[in-house]
Parts: sequence; structure tokens; C-alpha cells
Amino acid sequence: MSIKVTINGEARELDVAPDMPLLWAIRDHLQLTGTKFGCGMALCGACTVHIDGQATRSCTTPVAAVEGKQVTTIEGLASPAGKAVQQAWIALDVPQCGYCQSGQIMSATALLAGNSKPSDADIDAAMSGNICRCATYVRIRSAIHQAADTLGAAPAKA
Amino acid sequence: MYFRHIESAAALAAGTTPAELSRRQFLKLTTLAGSGLTLGILLPGCAPAGKGAGATAASGPLSMPFVRIAPDDTVTVICKHVEAGQGVWTGLPAIVAEELDAAWGQMRAESAPAQVPQYGNFAFDPKGSVQGTGGSTAVANSWMQLRQAGATARAMLVAAAARSWDVPPGEITVSDGVVRHAGKARQASFGELAGLAARESVPSEVKLKDPGSFRLIGAGAQRLPRLDSKAKSTGTQQFAIDVTLPGMMTAVVMRPPRFGAKVQSFDATRAKAVAGVVDVVQIPRGVAVVGRDMYSARKGREALAVVWDESGAEKRSTAQIFRDYHALARGRDAVVAGQHGDVDAALARAAHRLEGSFEFPYLAHAPMEPLTAVCRLGTDKCEIWAGCQFQTIDQMNAAREVGLRPGQITIYTLAAGGTFGRRANPESDYIVEVASIAKATGGKYPVRLIWTREDDITGGKYRPLVVHHVTAAVTRDGEIAYRQRVVGQSIMAGTPFQSMIKEGVDPTAIEGNAPEQYDLEHAHVSWTQAHSPVTVLWWRSVGHTHMAFSKEVMIDELAQAAGEDPVAFRLRHLGKHPRHAAALKLAAEKAGWDRPFVKEPGRGRGVAVHESFGTVVAEIAEVTVKGDQITVDRVVCAVDCGVAVTPDVVRAQMQSGIGYGLSAALLGKITLTDGHVDQTNFHQYQVLRINQMPKNIEVYIVPSGNAPSGVGEPGTPPIAPAVANAVRAATGIRLRTLPFDLAAARKA
Repeated sequence: MSIKVTINGEARELDVAPDMPLLWAIRDHLQLTGTKFGCGMALCGACTVHIDGQATRSCTTPVAAVEGKQVTTIEGLASPAGKAVQQAWIALDVPQCGYCQSGQIMSATALLAGNSKPSDADIDAAMSGNICRCATYVRIRSAIHQAADTLGAAPAKA
Repeated sequence: MYFRHIESAAALAAGTTPAELSRRQFLKLTTLAGSGLTLGILLPGCAPAGKGAGATAASGPLSMPFVRIAPDDTVTVICKHVEAGQGVWTGLPAIVAEELDAAWGQMRAESAPAQVPQYGNFAFDPKGSVQGTGGSTAVANSWMQLRQAGATARAMLVAAAARSWDVPPGEITVSDGVVRHAGKARQASFGELAGLAARESVPSEVKLKDPGSFRLIGAGAQRLPRLDSKAKSTGTQQFAIDVTLPGMMTAVVMRPPRFGAKVQSFDATRAKAVAGVVDVVQIPRGVAVVGRDMYSARKGREALAVVWDESGAEKRSTAQIFRDYHALARGRDAVVAGQHGDVDAALARAAHRLEGSFEFPYLAHAPMEPLTAVCRLGTDKCEIWAGCQFQTIDQMNAAREVGLRPGQITIYTLAAGGTFGRRANPESDYIVEVASIAKATGGKYPVRLIWTREDDITGGKYRPLVVHHVTAAVTRDGEIAYRQRVVGQSIMAGTPFQSMIKEGVDPTAIEGNAPEQYDLEHAHVSWTQAHSPVTVLWWRSVGHTHMAFSKEVMIDELAQAAGEDPVAFRLRHLGKHPRHAAALKLAAEKAGWDRPFVKEPGRGRGVAVHESFGTVVAEIAEVTVKGDQITVDRVVCAVDCGVAVTPDVVRAQMQSGIGYGLSAALLGKITLTDGHVDQTNFHQYQVLRINQMPKNIEVYIVPSGNAPSGVGEPGTPPIAPAVANAVRAATGIRLRTLPFDLAAARKA
């Protein structure tokens, strides 16, 4: 059965079982491998993507559930918040092994899209679902604050 | 240090004797242009196949085993150590860039092919017969080798420029990637000279820089951005799990439900009926289900029925294992790891003796990228893609599995999504699995093996479960007596590393013990080897994970018993350990230790200092205890790692080591019930999250001109005892069981 999804602005058709997790549909069938497998139970956040702008764990989201929705993966991250987050990540050298960072960046971007000046408590609440075993958390926190500052300083987007 | 005798182990396993390398051969291997090496990761479609070194065209590259300078001005450092987050793709290029006088922006990094002795780890053994990453050795063992490589490439660029401009080499200067002759107003980039430089003969001697003239590396240098941050911030860094080959299938393995169990029989009928499943095969470690994608492979495994022979399996619960270990700790059966003075007499004459009984659980490494490897098997060739940490051992184990020679196993080392020791295991478990699946399926298709998180958490290779019994005292004349018994499994016994067990003592079981690290007048440390089918392995900082804890907690209690300040007491007993003392003083100064700590209920601070892998780290933790909740507010860390090659990577590794150690201190444990692992995923095997990370971690680097030592592991050992000592200062409660459980400790 063919499932129609919009991934990174592009209409795609997936000939897969409807209960296949979105994670494996995009990794194994669309070769978008920036989104990572970490736990398969929505416990670690490595697989985080945006579905209609909401940070969502793709490992427990059946592909059928995103039919007709807009899915954004790390490869398609192009929003001002997304770019600011990535720039801050690079500027502060956040990544170590880097495996969880796609998910961290997708969660951080969703946070900043809804909260332009997050407090440390806001960051804890939005980011505690994303595990980093290298414990890059100090820099993740700094980078989110830095991205917020960058976005705050930039002229308002139309 | 426990890799000292690895060459004999490796030779034994390979059935060969590693050739003795003369200094001249060594120089050839490390610097020779024209060696015919093919460089680069040959992922189809991912990178051009490396051109044979020794280009003859004037516009070609300068290719040497560790450095390749391309006509486009990029300088690629070929890294023999896996990048697993610890920053070798930045630290190793920095060493080359320094001696080469390159601009940081032109530096690149790539993994070396699996090939010894060219890419052997000289910290493991002087002959370089094993390629691998571990023991925090990467920068330490590449330091002189890469300085030499950088200086050699520089000398060849200068020689080429001198010849082409007809000037004496001594009049040529190099800076920021540009070669100049002031008198003739000539200049050229590295890329422009590379082809000509490749025609120059390799100098037999090169002059290395005086460390005083370093401009890129060292504690005072400007921050060098990591070379892998961009790829890792845009989802483009390739890990083994991302490898896609034409026709590739995906496999998962059903492994025994208890350690030591074996397949008795299995029924694949239902599994094979699952759409997308292509094969179900028995392999030495279980039953593999191969599907066209991860989804079908997992569905197939769910439908698989296996009957297990559990006659030799571990059926104890961890509560029973702890009871058994305590009994062993009280028993006479032990080997002496070290002793001096007269500990019994000193303890007998002490007014107060302190007794400490410590428990450490099994711990899973749980790297974020679960174990993954891809294998393509041909008739006389086997290719493996993985975040390999032990390339030579993996080659030998895979070769044995598929019936080829180690030289026929090609390994493409990819960035590892974390490892913390897990990917360096003597039996190469996941590598052997993927090879055995490829063999059992006749090499019909390339196969990608993925461990699920459940496979990882329940899969063993844990930090050993350990029990310590310590009796210690300060005598009336101020001498310290310290008796310790350690009980745990051996990591090395029964592996190719067996030869490193000397006089019955596995060095990884007792490393970093108190008499090694303090001036103790009377000491006795002994070890009792325990046995279980549960598999164990080195876990970030190995034996130091537990040895540092009991040492630093007991030393703190001795200070308290003596009525002394914990820092002053330590310093008084570190006279023969000046690097410990310097790190401790720096941490104390930066933490404001000499000022009274804010006296709020539930607030406390604690200290620990520990040397591991040649690096000394002191940490001071400030905590708040509310009810049974411990929050670590601030950590001040001082590190002496010799020359800090890339100081920001050193800071990152201290932050990382602290977070990793804190995860184990506050949360980490693997437990068994009747031999079954109780934890399956991150809801049960809890790890540190951002809300539990100290908001404030300050890292200070002790200035040093010594050769660099490692930083990947040494940040981990001191954090748990520093926090335990802080909690005792705050509450009076002694934490001696990990992970910390305040409610249980109150009752104890």
C-alpha cells in the first residue's frame, strides 16, 4: 500500500507497511539518514523530527499517521530558528560523537520556534527528552541561549 | 598501562611474530612518500579512491602515510584512532598543523585504513602490532609521530620551493599555509607545491619545533574549532548505521535470554512468513533474522521461536551475587596486588579504625549509536564498515569467523556514535556477528547488523560488578594504614589479553589503588577473582571507576577522623605526587575552598583527586540535597594532561567525563533477577539528562611542558567520590553503594 507524505517540502510515496515507524521509513526507504535510531521507544530523542512544526519522536510514529502532513528532518531544516541553532552548535563546538545531535537540534529548534527567550527551566523541560551520552549538555544549553540571542538581535522576519 | 604486553597477545592470536622495527624502518613507515599506500575511506560513492602516493605530476598531491596535501590546498591528516567524540579528528590534525605551519582552515581529518604496523598504537606496544583506540592513548601515542610527519611534510615543501625558486632552503619561511622567500618576493601555497614536494627525497632527520614556539596548540593557544562540528550539526556525518550498499539487507540477532545460554533449537517458520524477511540463520551467538529493512527484520525476530539450553547459564540475581562477593571479600582466597609497611600492626595500634564496604553494580556503556556493522563478503575478501575501536583484533576475529586471513579483512573505520570502551572488545562480538551472518548467508548480499537498544542494554560486556572491603586508620603518629580487598570478575582472563595478567592479578581490577596515588606508610591491596557467565569489559576509565571511589571516600573519612580539612589532609599525603598536589591546589583555589562554604541546610561540597592514564584530575563538587534528591550545582575541575594540544577539546572531555561519571553515580545500574537482566531500555537503565547536568562546570588546565597524556577517560573517576564527599558534608550520610540511594543509605 502506498502512503503519501511530504518530507522536507517534497511529496514522496512510500510503499511500506502503514505501521512502519516513520524513522525506518525515512532512513531505510528514503535514505535520509540524518535522523538517528537510539531507542525505538521515544525515550532518547535521537529520532526527533518536526511534524507540522512539532518536535516528534519518529521511532514511535507510524508512517500512516503522517499521511498528508509536513515532515521536516535535519536535512530539510531551513527555518531561521533552525539555522540559528545549527550556527550556535558549530560556533560552540557542541557535538562530540555527534550521534544524538540531529535530534537535539530538532528539539532545540522547536523550542525556539515557540519560545524566543527560553529560561534554563524551559530548556530543561524541552530538552530532557534528548539523551546525550557524551553529556554535551552544558554546551547544548549555552548554544540554545546563543541561538535565542542571535534570533532576538536579527531583524523581524516577514 | 594494561596494554603493555599486547603485542604478544596479538601475535599469539594471529599466529605470527610481529616484525621488529628498526628506527630507520619506523621513520620510513611514518614519513615515507611513495610507499604505495592507498589512503582514504573507500566508501563507494563517498570518496575518491586515494591516488597512489608519490605522485609524479607537478600538480599532484603529496601523499604520505599520515599527511596528504592536495592541489586544492587541503591538508588531510590520516587518523589511526577512531573518532568517537573524544576529538581525535581535531587533536591529531592540530599536531600536524603545528609542525607544518598550516592554516587551521585547510586541515581535514580522515580515518586510516586498518593496517599494521603503519597505523599501530605505539602506546599499546612499541612495535605497533595492534591498531586500536583505548586507554586514553590517542594524542599521547601520536604526539611524536605526527609532529615528525608534519615537520617532514614541511621540509619537503620547503625543499621543493627552494629548488624551484633556486634559493637556499634556509631562507624560506612558512606560515599559515604559505611558503615564502622574502628576497625574491616569491610565495606559493601548499597545494601549488605538493606535486613538486612529492618528488623530493624524504629527509632522514627533521627538526621539530621548540614547544615555546607553538602557536596553534597548548593551553594558551586560541581555540581551534573542531573539524567535525559542521557535519555533526547538519546530519551529514556518516556512522556505520548510515551505510547503504547496493542490495544490502538488514539483520537483527536473537541472543540468549541469560548469559551463558546457547541455542538448542529454533523454529523459523513464522519468522520466514513475515513480509520482507529473506533469511533466518543460526550463528554462534544466536539466531539472525535478515530482512529487506529494519522493520521486517525486527518483525521477523518477534515471530522467531528459539529453545535455549540454559544449563551453563547464570541464574543468580545480583542481590545474591553481591552476597557471594562479600563472602569472598571476607575469605582468605586472594592474590596480593601490592603491599608495603606493616598494615596489620599499624591498624592494631590505631585508636580508631574506619571500615568501608563498597558495592558497584554492573554498568552498560549505552553509546547513543547502538552497535552496528556492515559486512560484504566475497570469496577471498571481506569488507567491514564499523566504528571500529580495535581494528587489528577485529580483523583477526572476523578472519577466523569467515575462514580468511586477517589481511583479507578490509575495515573502513567510520565515526563511532559513542563507545566508551564498548566497541573495543577482545572477542569483537558485533563484528564477528555480522561476519558470521554474511558467512551463513553465503555472501549473497551485503548485510547490515543493528543492535536494538534492548540488545545493547541486556547484551552484557558490562563494567564488572565489584565489591570492596576497606579498613583504614590514621595512627597516633600520623601514619596512614590502608587495607583493601577487591572482589570482581576479570576483564582480561580468557581473552587474548590473558598474558597481561601478572602473578594472578588482572591489572584492570585494581588500577588506581590508594598506595599508588598517596604516600601511605602501610598498605595492603588484594584481589579475589570472581566468576560468572555475565560478560564484562572496560567501561570509560575501567578499574578507576570503582578504585577511585573507595580511595577518595576513605581518604576523606580519614581526614575527618583526623580532624583535618580534606584538601589540606590530602596535600600532606601527596608529597611524592606533585602533579596530584598541583591539580588539587588549582581546583581548590578556583573553587574558593579556603573561603567558608555557604552554610545552608542541605548544601555541601566535596573533593576528589585521581590519576588515570597519566592524567591527573581534581574535582570539587557543590551539591544540594533536598529530601532524597541530590543535585550537583557546580563542579570545578583542574586537569594536568601535559601539553593541552587542543584545550577546548580537553575542556569538552572533562565536561563529558564528569557527566558520564555522574550518570553512573546518580542513576546507573544493571541488575539481574534469576539471571535475567531487569533493564531493557532507557526507561529502566536511566542515564543523565540535561536537567540533571550541573549548570556550572569550570575546567582549568594545569600549565605543563610535559608530553601530552589522554583526556577521554580521566575526567570520569573523581566525580562520584567528590559528590559522595559533598553529600556527606551536607548531610553526614555516607554513600558507599552505587548508584547513590539516599533513602537506603539513611537506613543503613
